[in-house]
Amino acid sequence: MTHMDGGAPVQSESREFTMRHHDGTVRHVLVRDVEVPYPEGKLIVSRTDPSGVITHANQAFVDMSGYVREELIGQPHHILRHPDMPAAAFKDLWDTLGRGEPWQGYVKNLRKDGSYYWVFATAIANVREGQVVGYTSVRRKPSPTRVRECVDLYARMRADEVTS
Amino acid sequence: MTLQLTVSPDFSPDHIAGWYVFNTWLQRQLGVRIHLELYDDFDTQRKAIAADQVDLIYANPYDAAMLVREKGFVAVAAPVDRPDEAVIAVPAESAVQHVEDLRPGSRVAVTRDPDVNLIGMIMLEPADLKRDSVVLQQVNSYVLVAKQLLQGKADCGFFLKEAFDDLSGPIQRQLRPLVASQISVVRHVLMAGPRMREHLPVLTDLLLKMHSGGAETGARVLEALGLKAWEAQDQEDTEFMIDLMDTLMR
Repeated sequence: MTHMDGGAPVQSESREFTMRHHDGTVRHVLVRDVEVPYPEGKLIVSRTDPSGVITHANQAFVDMSGYVREELIGQPHHILRHPDMPAAAFKDLWDTLGRGEPWQGYVKNLRKDGSYYWVFATAIANVREGQVVGYTSVRRKPSPTRVRECVDLYARMRADEVTS
Repeated sequence: MTLQLTVSPDFSPDHIAGWYVFNTWLQRQLGVRIHLELYDDFDTQRKAIAADQVDLIYANPYDAAMLVREKGFVAVAAPVDRPDEAVIAVPAESAVQHVEDLRPGSRVAVTRDPDVNLIGMIMLEPADLKRDSVVLQQVNSYVLVAKQLLQGKADCGFFLKEAFDDLSGPIQRQLRPLVASQISVVRHVLMAGPRMREHLPVLTDLLLKMHSGGAETGARVLEALGLKAWEAQDQEDTEFMIDLMDTLMR
């Protein structure tokens, strides 16, 4: 089901997930199979400190997340993580950034109300006087073709992670 | 020593005289000789920057990284309410209703404006289109982009939003915007090179007061440039814009 106008949420059944993050935190999230379309023409921009805590969010980021700005700033970036995303994708993100290289990928993000939105994300390190002082992530509207490919790919990766 | 001021070649032709007025005003205010050089294209301007001929530049955001990281420029000020936004438009009667309707091989009319072309290509990504899957038709002005569309020579065109809004009514009515960017933080920036360093505090102060009438005729000079006012652009603002452009160029 696709929620086309980004306004009042469409009713759908919620499923509860328990997510365990790399920093040891455990989070219970409610997920609904409702997609919110990416806003036309916008870029979703956020910045974090070196440990992945959100320090800046533009209005498009706030709007799409479903949170208010005050709920986002100071939170770990994985507040947006959707349980359908394989852990390996985020390991690859941090490994790539750790090598000083930019990371790009298709990401399914979780909104506060349990619905989701897909983005094509690019993350880079913010280097000032030779030191990494944080990371910037810029998301743009993804190709629907690539999203369809990722839905299958990520499902297989998740299945592998569960069995291994 | 005569310093050199230059302007990103994508400036509106309506404001050529305005930049000469600005240069005269600046020389009087700073008490230094400044030569205004307007380059015809970005390549020639970049060669002049590479040869250390430029001291003050109203720079396209696309060039900001090179100016800061390779040439030691610093941001001085940026125009208020003048973000660089892009519009993708099609002929009004086109069957294309959404970007996703465009197909590989589509003919895209563009100018040489690097940041508009970058943002335009990003807005084509949802249609799985990249530079190598479309036919780019480079022309010299946004009016010519519109002409390509109206003559059926292009399927869509990239416009600086401001240039699209400035098209005459009859032309605009024959076009239809498919999508417009709303990025807000990508904008032209006035940047100063190493030889300008000693004048920076005075220059910054002058620019930030220009709109308030504190400096003689400053408001009228701004009007000639088509700007409301300058606002401070600190180094971190510029680094942020460079980081953002860096993500978009990938």
